[in-house]
Parts: sequence; C-alpha cells; structure tokens
Amino acid sequence: MTLDEKKIRADFPLLNKKINGKPVFYLDNAASTQKPSAVLEALVEFYEGSYANIHRGAYSLSEQATDLYEKAREKVARFIGARPDEIVFTKGTTEGINLAAYAWGGANLSHADMVLISQMEHHSNIVPWQIVAKARKARVEAIRVDTSTLCLDMRQADELLAKKPKVLAVAHASNAIGTVNDVARLCRQAKEQGARVLVDAAQSAPHIRLDVGKIGCDFLAFSGHKILGPTGIGVLFISQSVQKSTPPFLGGGDMIRSVEIGSFTHADPPAKYEAGTPPIAQAIGLMAAIGYIEKIGLERVRGHEIALADLCQKGLEELGCTVYRCGQERWKGGIVAFDTPGIHPHDLATILDRENVMVRSGHQCAMPLHRALGVSATARASFYIYNGKEDVEKLCSGVERAKKIFGTD
Amino acid sequence: MEGNDELYREIILDNYRNPKNRGRIERPDGAAFDSNPLCGDEVRIEVLVRRGVVNKIRFEGSGCAISIACASMLASRLEGKKLSQVQGADKKLVLGLLGGIDPGPSRIKCAMLPLKVLKLALLSAKSKKLNK
Repeated sequence: MTLDEKKIRADFPLLNKKINGKPVFYLDNAASTQKPSAVLEALVEFYEGSYANIHRGAYSLSEQATDLYEKAREKVARFIGARPDEIVFTKGTTEGINLAAYAWGGANLSHADMVLISQMEHHSNIVPWQIVAKARKARVEAIRVDTSTLCLDMRQADELLAKKPKVLAVAHASNAIGTVNDVARLCRQAKEQGARVLVDAAQSAPHIRLDVGKIGCDFLAFSGHKILGPTGIGVLFISQSVQKSTPPFLGGGDMIRSVEIGSFTHADPPAKYEAGTPPIAQAIGLMAAIGYIEKIGLERVRGHEIALADLCQKGLEELGCTVYRCGQERWKGGIVAFDTPGIHPHDLATILDRENVMVRSGHQCAMPLHRALGVSATARASFYIYNGKEDVEKLCSGVERAKKIFGTD
Repeated sequence: MEGNDELYREIILDNYRNPKNRGRIERPDGAAFDSNPLCGDEVRIEVLVRRGVVNKIRFEGSGCAISIACASMLASRLEGKKLSQVQGADKKLVLGLLGGIDPGPSRIKCAMLPLKVLKLALLSAKSKKLNK
C-alpha cells in the first residue's frame, strides 16, 4: 500500500528541474501543489484541439468544448459523491465561500443570527462571513481550539451549537496545523439545531476521500491548484437542499433563462451560479488532476503524508523546535508547523531557500489560530505524493544550518 | 541563492540580538507604528525633533532578524542628523545597511518597514507642531 514517490516525481516536470543548479525540495503543498505532465498535456491538448467558448455556439467545436467541460463537472461530482447539478465551478475555495456567504448569507441571515466558525479557520472562511454578518446585523462566533490537543474544543462546540447558529462554516482540515476536524459529527449536531453547514475542504480534498453525503454538509468548497490542477479553478458543492434558498451570486451571461430591461429569471443550477465564461480549460485540467490522483488512490496518499510528517516532526523536535501538530492518529495531518527558538520563521525560510527547501513562513493566513497558540508566526512544511525522506532530511539539515548561523546551536 | 550567508552577516545578527536605540521616549514629538501583514513584523518608532535636527530615535518591535536589525541600524545611523537628511533617507540607505545585499522581493518589505515607520513618525511630529 505504500507509494513510490520517486516514480511519481518523474511525472512532475518542475520537480525534475534544477534551480540555481540544485534540486528542488518543495514543501509548500498546503499553499499549492506542482503539476503533473498529465494535467499540462490536458491543457495543451484542449487549447490546441478543442477550444471554443461553451454553452453558446451551434458549431461542433463549441459543442466539443461544452462536452469536455460538463465531463469535468461529472468527474468532480463522482469524486465527492455529489450530483453534477450540485457542482459549481468557481475560481477557487475563496470564491466558493464568498459565493455561499454573500448569496445564501445575504438572503438568509438576519438581525442577531449567529454565524459559527472556528478559531482554526483560514482567513477565507472568516472574512466573507464577517462582511456579510455586518451587513445583515448578524454576529460571528468561533469554536475554540484546545491548545493542548490542537483539535477543536468539542465541548464548547456543543455549547455554541446549542445556541442555534444559523450556519456553521468550518474547515475539514486546518491549513496551518493540519488537524482534521470531525466534520460529520459537527454537521450532524448543527443540523439537529437547524443550522446550514459549509465545509472548507481546501486542505482535505487533496488528501482524504470526500463524500458529501456522509459528511452531510450543504456547501463544500475546494481549490483545483491544491490538488495538482491548474490555478483559477475551484469547486463549490451546493446541495440540492439549499439551491432554492441560495440566490445567484454573480449576474451575467449563462446564468439566465431570460432577461427584460427591468428583470431577469435565472437558469437552473449549476448554471444559476456560473455567470460569464467560466474557466473552461482549467476545469478540464482539474479533471485530469483528479484522474491522476485517483489512479494513485487517495487512501495511499494520506498514509504516505502522515508517515513523512511524523518523521519530520521527530527530526525537528530533536533539533529543539516546537512543533504544533495534533498527536491523535485519526485527526493529525500531513502538515508540520514549527518554531525554531531564537530564529524568526522568515529568517529560517530565507536560509532554507538557499538549498531550495521551500517552506511557508508567517501567520499562514490564520491569525486567530496563531494568536490562540501564542505565536505571531510559524514555519510550515506540508507534504504531498511526490515528497520523500530526502525532503525531510534536507529540511532538518537546513534548520541545523540556520541554528549555526544564528548561534543558537 | 548564494546571498543568504552574506545577508545574515555578524553585524545583522548582532543588531538583532542586541538592538541599539531600543526603548521609548517619555514625551516624543512624533510616534508611529506599523506592521508587515504578511509576516507579522511590528515596529513602533518615537522621535524627538528640535531645531530641524532629529535628536532622538527610539524603537520597539518584534519580528525577523532583518526588520529588527534594520530598525536598530537605521535609528543609530540617523539619530542626530538633520531633519531634511532623515526625510531624504531611501531604499539605497537601507540596502547599504544590509551590506549592499538585496534580500529579494519578499524580504525587502521586512527591511523597509522601519524606515517607513520612521518617516511616519516624522510626519506625526510635523503635524503635531503645526497644530500647536
């Protein structure tokens, strides 16, 4: 069941290049993943052979492009256990969450309603809700992170859910510390209280098999570029259950049935939520990316990442680093956030960059979480299918070098 | 990038570990604070300006070695200089403090933050005086 990362690596042109004459150790996969040839070829093949705008022309090239775009939608639907008409293409997770917050929230939130999020959300699952809550005079509350387990405080979650929030918006997995949240349980409890649920799956879709039916959410968003696909493509699952109560978000071509000067009637979903020319080629690229990851098998992906992250955590702790990572087998992720005493994460990242070891440094777009952890910034190594032991070793030797430079060894 | 070792020269590390001109001024003529939202560097600078001379510069802050070392070196370099001279300080001066090594597009923001805050502090001193 193990994964042959060297064989996988061969499929990724950039990872086989040298930068400044040295090999690449790419450990920023939670930010974005590299692209396999299969995805790049799908893009070129489409642009060279089948490209035209979709849902418009009565000519065969446009029909061919439309067919491929809709096949991509079907692929995504099967990938997460949804129906094709529940799949809306966006430009990424952020746009997906904004769509849900503005369209559903704008129509359904009212004075004194509670929007429940968590302290470990990415800013993209905080700020859209704050904006809409302010406009609707609703309020945003957050489930605490238990700083000893680095999991959500489920007892406090129970208390907050008992106060009947109108919507729960929660990450399936944290982008900063990798913790996987029990979203199925949270969804069940939220539903019992009559809340709608949005799951931010940006950090889970690339690593964990998703089934929107089993999770039980109304909305689920993820990005293509974090799962080997192109940038500019994302997915928002809008369950049939909320399609009536979610008005259109952007207005324009393709989302209408008819338009008068004074009014319009919208098309049926998913077109209802896809105004203008969508990212056609990017959707087709995403279809190739999902095909690639399915061939490997998502079940093997998570095991591989966890093993590397475990090794990485051990190595960094032996070097005196403080690691912020959930310790529970079921809920930990393939992300290792850490702090090296006496060395700011930015300085560390700059020194690591010399050997082409690429990590993220900063607040990881999760300022409330960092505040809860009592740190202003962390360094983060995040693993994916093409990473191996050499990446961990190179990172650890880089940290050792930084400690020498800073005289903290 | 070969420049990293040179970027983290002893003078930078020294100013990071033992920053000069750190602290507050009891009744400053001007003060300003700013942060670097990407990495969380924070710098507050206070100044005393008398007869067209920047008599005293003090800073407080937290952040990476580059931002703290730059704040320290900038404050000690410009303290006692003419107001016009301090106002005219630019990126070239900051790069000079870094030994002429360009830290790259993302890290230059860390290096430039203290100068930005110093200029804001001078502006606040000016407006304070105008309001008197």
